[in-house]
This record gives sequence, C-alpha cells and structure tokens, in this order.
Amino acid sequence: MERRVNLIARLDFTTIVLYLALVLLGWLNIYAAVYNDEHQSIFDFTQRYGKQMIWIVAAVFIAITIIFVDSKAFSAFAYIIYGVAIVALIFVMGFAREIQGARSWFEIGGFRIQPAEFAKFATALALSKFLSGYNVHLSNNRTFAYALAIIFIPALLVVLQNDTGSALVFLAFMLVMYREGMHGIWLFLGFWFVALFVVSLLVQLWAVMLVISLLSIGLFAIYSRKWNWIAGSVAIALIFWGIIQLVLVYFYQINKPLLALVLAFFLSGVVYLYWIYRFKIAYAMLILIFQMSSIVFVYAVDYAFFNILEQHQQTRINVLLGIEEDAMGAGYNIRQSLIAIGSGGVYGKGFLQGTQTKYNFVPEQSTDFIFCTVGEEWGFLGSITVLGLFLFLILRIIYLAENQKSAFSRIFGYSVAAIIFFHLTINIGMTIGLAPVIGIPLPFFSYGGSSLWAFTILLFIFIRLDASRWELL
Amino acid sequence: MSTSSTRRNVVSGIIIIFVSIFVVRLFTIQIADNSYQMSANNNSRRYMTDYAARGVVFDRNGKLLVYNQPAYDLMVIPNQTAAFDTAELASLIKVKESFLKDALKKARSYSRFKPSVVVKEIGDTTFVSFNEQLYKFPGFFTQMRTLRKYPNRIASHILGYIGEVDDRVIKDNTYYAQGDYIGISGIERSYEEQLRGRKGVRIFLVDVHNRIQGGYQDGKYDTLAVSGKNITTTLDAELQAYGEYLLQKKTGAIVAIEPSTGEILALVSAPTYDPNLLVGRVRSPNYRILVNDKNKPLFNRALMAQYPPGSTFKLVNALIGLQEKVITPGSVFTCAGGYHMGSLKVGCHHNGSIDFLYSIQGSCNAYYCNVYQRTLDDKKYKSVAEAYLNWRKYVTSFGLGVKLNTDLAHELEGLVPTNAYFDRYYGKNRWKSLMLISMSIGQGELGVTPVQMANMVATIANRGYYFIPHIVKNIEGQDKIDPRFMEKHFTNIDTSYFELVIEGMARVVTGGTATNARVPDIEICGKTGTAQNPHGEDHSIFVAFAPRHNPKIAIAVYVENAGFGSTWASPVASLMIEKYLKGSISRPDLEKYIADKEILIVKK
Repeated sequence: MERRVNLIARLDFTTIVLYLALVLLGWLNIYAAVYNDEHQSIFDFTQRYGKQMIWIVAAVFIAITIIFVDSKAFSAFAYIIYGVAIVALIFVMGFAREIQGARSWFEIGGFRIQPAEFAKFATALALSKFLSGYNVHLSNNRTFAYALAIIFIPALLVVLQNDTGSALVFLAFMLVMYREGMHGIWLFLGFWFVALFVVSLLVQLWAVMLVISLLSIGLFAIYSRKWNWIAGSVAIALIFWGIIQLVLVYFYQINKPLLALVLAFFLSGVVYLYWIYRFKIAYAMLILIFQMSSIVFVYAVDYAFFNILEQHQQTRINVLLGIEEDAMGAGYNIRQSLIAIGSGGVYGKGFLQGTQTKYNFVPEQSTDFIFCTVGEEWGFLGSITVLGLFLFLILRIIYLAENQKSAFSRIFGYSVAAIIFFHLTINIGMTIGLAPVIGIPLPFFSYGGSSLWAFTILLFIFIRLDASRWELL
Repeated sequence: MSTSSTRRNVVSGIIIIFVSIFVVRLFTIQIADNSYQMSANNNSRRYMTDYAARGVVFDRNGKLLVYNQPAYDLMVIPNQTAAFDTAELASLIKVKESFLKDALKKARSYSRFKPSVVVKEIGDTTFVSFNEQLYKFPGFFTQMRTLRKYPNRIASHILGYIGEVDDRVIKDNTYYAQGDYIGISGIERSYEEQLRGRKGVRIFLVDVHNRIQGGYQDGKYDTLAVSGKNITTTLDAELQAYGEYLLQKKTGAIVAIEPSTGEILALVSAPTYDPNLLVGRVRSPNYRILVNDKNKPLFNRALMAQYPPGSTFKLVNALIGLQEKVITPGSVFTCAGGYHMGSLKVGCHHNGSIDFLYSIQGSCNAYYCNVYQRTLDDKKYKSVAEAYLNWRKYVTSFGLGVKLNTDLAHELEGLVPTNAYFDRYYGKNRWKSLMLISMSIGQGELGVTPVQMANMVATIANRGYYFIPHIVKNIEGQDKIDPRFMEKHFTNIDTSYFELVIEGMARVVTGGTATNARVPDIEICGKTGTAQNPHGEDHSIFVAFAPRHNPKIAIAVYVENAGFGSTWASPVASLMIEKYLKGSISRPDLEKYIADKEILIVKK
C-alpha cells in the first residue's frame, strides 16, 4: 500500500497536466470542426466529438493500467512486444480490407485498429532495450547496423502497406540514435540531403552543382591552405569539361553541357583520387566523397523527378515548393488550410465561429487538419499556445529522460520526445504550407482512437518508467 | 558526460528552431498578411440581393401608366443537377434546345457550384406551367425579377425605359451591381433614385458545396429591400393617347401645358412606338429596328427638335414692340404685298393699311418687319448691337433660347443667337437691323423646341409669367415636388400689353388664319405659323390656349412637312383643346380626316 502511495506521488504531474490539456483542447476543437446545429451536444455519440470522448475515457483507463504495471515488465517484454507488432504488421497486409488505398487497419467489431500506430512504441521499446544492453556502443558498426534494422524493419512493413506517411515517422528515431552516440555527420547529412532535394527542384541544376563545388573547394582550402592545388584541380575540371563537351558534340552530336560537366567531375575525380593516394590526404578524400555524392544526388533527384514520378506526384511536390499555383487541384488542401488559419488573425473568430473549417472548405478537418480549427477560431494567440504546450511537453520529456538512471528509460524517453516532435513538425508544417501533405495525425489532438491510444501508451510508459527512476532496472 | 549534454542541447536546439520557424510562419499568415481574411470571406459568404419593386407611374387622374410584371429568371447550379431531358426542359420554357444547351455549357464553365442564369425573363404564363414540372429538374430554380409593363401603350418618350446597368455606371456608382436595372431615358431616368427604391441584401454562410448553412450573424447585417416610390405624373392619359392618335401617321410634336401650374398635360412625339417593345428580352432586337427606322421614332421631337417658330414668333415681337414703345396699339403700317427696303423684300399677301390687331389676325409679315426694324434701330440705344442685346433679354424671359430646366431628360435649349454669334458672322458692329429682318417673322437663325413653344403660349395665357413645365405632380411620401416648379418666372413685359395680343389671337380663330380651329362654346386664342424647311415641304405650326379667360390649356403643335399652320397644325390643336376641355369631340369627320392623313418623310 505504501509503495502505491509513493508511486503516485512520484508521477510527473507536469507531464500529465500537459497531456490532459492537449487531449481536452483537441476534443473541443474536434467539436468545433464538425459542429452542426442538429447535434449540439458535445456528448452526442453519433458524432465524432461524442466518439472522441469515448476514446479519451478509454485512453485514461489505458494510462491508469500502465501506471500500475511493474516498470521492469517493459524492459523484460520489449522484444516480445516488438515481435508481436511485426507479426501484426505482416498480418494486416494479408487480411485487412483496403481503406483509402492502404491496407493498414484491423477491424474488430466496428473499431479500427492501426498496427502501425502501435509499432512505434514497440520499436521504441526494442531500440531502448537493445541500446541499453551491456557494452553496446553505436560507434561499433555492427551495433549501428542492428539498431538501424530494429528501426527500419517495421518502417519497411508500413511502406509495404502503402502508408508512406506513417513509415516516415520512424526517421524520428535518428534523433534518438544521435543522442546515444551516432556520429553527428549522419544527422548533418540527413538535413543536407533534404535541403539538396528541395533546392535541386527550385534552382537550376548547374547553379546547385556550382554551389556544391565551391563549398567543397572552400572546405579543401580551409584544411590544406595550398592554393596551387586548388587552382590545379579547378583547371583540370574545366579542361575535362571542355574536352568532353567537344567530344560529345563532334562524335555523338549531343549538345548537353550539363551532362558534360557531370562527366568532367568524375574524370577529374579520378585524377584527384590519384593525388589523394599519392600524398596521403584523408580529409580530401572525405570532401571528395561529399562533393561527388551530393552532385550525383542532385542529378538523380532531377532525373527521377522528371522521368520517374507521375505527373500528379510532380504537381504535388511543385505545389508544396511554391513552384506551381494550383488552387483547385493538388494545391487545394494547402490553399484552404492556409485560408482557414490565415483568416484567424490575432485573436481568432471565436469558439464555433470558424466558417472555413465548419463548412468543410478544409478537408479532413477533424483528423489531419485539426490545427486549422485552432488557427481559425483561436487565432495567432491560440496557435502559439498550442505550439507552446507541445514544445513544453517535448522539452519536459527530454529533461526527465536526461535525469534517468537507467539507459533504457532515457532512450525510451528520447524516443517518445522524437516521435511527438516528428508528428508535430510534419502535421503543423503541412497545415501552414511548410511540409508536404503527409497524412499523419497531430498527437493527442486529432480525431481517432488508434492514434490517441498509441500516444497515450507511449507517453505513460515513459511516465511509469520515470516514476521508478530510483529503482535499478 | 560533456558530449551527452552537448547532444542533448543539439536535439533541444533543433526542436526549438523548428517551433520558432512555425511561430514566424503563423505570424506572417495570421497577422501580417490580410489576403487570407478576404479569401475566407469569399469562400463562405454569399450575398443574395433582394430586388426592390420599382415604383409605378400614374397619370394626373390616377390612371396606371407603368406597373411591374413579375418575370422569372431560370437559374442553375450545375453540380446539383441530375440527368435530365434538355428537349423537354427547352419546350417547357419555350426556348430552342440548342440555346438551352449553350446556356448550360456557359453556366458550367462559369462555376459548377455557383448559380448562374440560364434563361432570362420567362413570362408569367410559361412560368406557371413550368413551375409544376420544376421538381423533375434538380439543380434548377427560379428567381423573380420585375419587368415594366405599359397597359396603355402610350407616352413612351416621356416614360422612357429601363435596362441593365453597363460597366461604366457600375464603376461610377457603388449602388449598382451587375444585373441591376437602371432608368435609361424619360422619367425612368430623371426620377431613377425615387423609382428604384433600395435593394436589400441578405448574407448567408455557405459550405464548400455552396449549400446555405444559415444567415451570417443571425441576419444582423442584412437589409430589407425598400420598394420604389410611386409617381403621379401631370399627364392626362386620355389627352396623351388622343394626341398620339391624331399624329399616328405624321411626324411632329404636340406639347400641352396647364398654364396656371406649368404641368405638362400631354407631350407627343410622332411617330411614336409601343413602350412594351423595349422591355426585357425583346428590347435589343426591337431597339435595333427602331434605331434604323428612317422616321426616327426614338427621337423625342417634343424636347429635342429645334424648329424655327415661324409666324407664331410675331406674338413675342409684338409684345416687345409695345413694351419698348416703338409701336402703340394704334400703330398702322402699310403692306404692299410685302416689306420693301432697297433690294430687300419680305413677301406678304396683304395690300393696304394694317393695324395692330389685324397684324396678328392676318399674320402680316410687313407689319412685323417694321416693328422689328424699329426695335433694333431704336435711338434709345447706342447701337444695333445694344438694341439686339435688349431684345434678346425679352425673348429669353419667355424661356426661349435657354434651357427650361424641366424634369425631363435630354431637353435642349434651342437657339436665339447671341451678339457674339452675329459679331462672328458679320464682324463686330458690322451688322444692321435689315440683316436680321427674317427673325421678325420667326425665320432665320431661330430654333425653338415644341416644349419651349408651348411654354411661350402658356406665358401669354398667364399674361406675363410661366412655371417651368414639369411632368411629375406628386411623389409618394413627399408632400411637395421640387420648389423650382412652384416659382413664377416673369417676363419683362407689362401685363396690360398681353390683353391686346390675346385679343388678336382670339381673332385668329374667329376670323383670321385659323378659322378651322374654331370650337363651339370655347374661346380659343391661337396663332398659326409656318417654319421654312430647306429640306422639303414647310412645317405646319399652331400655338393656342383656351379658354381666353382663366386658361386651362396651352398648346403647341408641329406637323412636319405639312405646309401652312392652318392646314394641319391648327385642327390638331383645336381637337386636342376640345378633347381636354369637353371630354368629347363634336367633329368626328375632321378627327378622322386628320388622323388618317399620312404625312411621313419615309412612307411605311
């Protein structure tokens, strides 16, 4: 009995209050988004807000249940839970009915369960268990490979279900990996290639390549400080470019300076490699690899975009990047979402007064686009309040994670923070036109049982672990 | 440990940077940029216009001249339609199937979600039968508009017509929107603001499929349509119709005024047209036909045709001569078949001595050449120019050569040349009385509109003053008409001189140039005139008022290309006066003869 009292006293109430605040705000906004005069009661179970209340009550029971589970159990059953999740993901592909082009829901008597949602906490448990093992270091290549496998096997299965959006969420674990010792270069390269992807579609290819080359030369200059080397390498590249261009035009009747430039890069790369080998300059090797892979990537993106992607996929990306204005087609969702949020002003239109969301101008306004209701009815102040609550919650989890004695709890905490952060970024970024339209829910806010329960489980396992941080696991 | 705290800071930093980017972005779209606010309103608000019923128009006796007739526009919201038989719909609303198909295509290309007009102005009877079948055509609905209807088919020039506003008006006047009607001519134009009323607007909130979800702010910003004011005109519908009947086969004009008030009793411009021709759908084809008609039925001769006044102008010159004391009531001049002065000759048909009264009764040209010459060569004045300036002042005090400022659109001022005109023509101080002599008998450079002519007669009937002629007697909800119509405008002639001229005018009818204008029991005072027409047969003119004492009607009649004033204009005036004062005609044969005779420039 005394132990239970201690347990409840040790729960982190700041986190719980933040959780409850977000869930209740979500519920009110779902009510506002689908409100109509015929069903005014927020407890009307035929409506989404009524159903959401059932999900919330159930989520609270789940949370309480988790609180009373022995904290050692999560670590002990981590791999088993992970295994069950993998099996569920495989099963769902074989047995589930296709809904909106994806096979990702189990239907049990009217309820839909989405295994992908639960795969996230299962993966978090497994990764925490693996990385917290005795003498496991991410600097070890084999360990690193295993960790990647734990993360990307479920992700791959989710991709196979045609639910790319949910699969992308697994990228969030890269933040956890970084915290646990993965080399920062991977994180940097991750952001670097995302940036290159965007820029290569926005800017002329030759300009991107020029910038990459200048950047590489700059890096090389900083390290070597040998100006004759730099001049020599640039001269070699230019000479190769000229020769290749001439050869292409005269012998093959191909006038493609850009292609010639790419080929020139590779030919001169061979010469550089010889120098690097001869003079034993390792950092130059890295810079060369960085440069070459960036150029290949940019060229590949450009090629893939125009030759592999279908027209509608191209349009979608173009609209997102602001290259194309297409208010009625692919840009419709983003346009309407921006109108709803943008029309909110400083203070918003007031509770239930939002016209854009209530009258269905915004699609999916109770699930993926729930933030539109916040923006429209509560304005800038409401929007930054919600953003602030999320930021507070995420930073609180990181703070608590850092205070854990056990590596398992810490890693799990970081996983929770990273997953919430990733969802937040993509979801809100999508509604304000800063991220692609990827259908993933806003944690605790969006309508739907699976999502709410999955996040509740994720968060409360961590709260439970945190409550027993003094017990050695 | 230091590296893990660095990594923790990097992770936290990334999170904070992302959230900060979002805050900046939210600030941009929610506070800095207003365009989203407008887009939101465009999205969700529908403004529905409640069209106000236009005011109806009565004659002076309360007889309806213009009223509203409901017409229905067939509207469609393309995305709400189901499959239907276009042939059936076309036959129901009585249009060609190809026309309907085109209209539907146009509606679809405009918007699939917003309503657009398919067929305009479906008539009352077609609508009733179609309305029963409307349920078969989901997505279609009707919207009521009102069309003008003219039960008596008269007074088209006075009443004018309405039409949809053009872009220029919409740009200048915020009241009007696309599809609104506006008065284009006549009373419809000059009393547009009173007649149109005020349209109302209801604001609805609509959802993404353009379905109405409710009123905006519970109708707080809605406005009710206010019907237009009804207008009672000064017209006598029967007299107007009679005048149009008499001139049915002629070109010309009749203007009848009540001298004691300046109220216009009839204003006929012939040939006229049925005002119902310029209503709604049929307006543009009919307008094209009327515009191309060589007899110019759309031209309002009563207000805009400027004829020389001919001999009727002698009345004015007589009054000026008396006032200026260049003649006396006893003045006698000799007429030897005209006025001779050097090489100049103004022809006349008298021989011997002519006294003042006979000069009017017999319309002696020589007499008025003398009067006019004395007026301009009066030694009181330093020069002819000064004398002319003085004479012109008298003329304009009769409302000639100036805009009367009536309440009718498109009124012209006529022409009484200024000194500057002659200075330009002959050179400064180089012009003499003889050069202007033709103006003594109302020819030459003079231009007078029929309404000015009628006003001149009304001034004589009033013995020296007039009220500005006007067409509106009463506007609903307004106890007075414009004060400018209540004000007496005096001439510069003493009242006593008028009685003398009126005696002459009475003799014109009893034993002068217009005995055919005589009506038993009515003392008519008149004057004939003939306006020289360089393009063909002269115009026949007659002005008159009756009764002599306490006049009830003053009238001016022009019949184009009809010769002497006595042949056509005077019988027309006499019939009009009889009709107005007695209500019936004692000379049906004359009436029939006048009405049936065709005198048109271009024969039909």
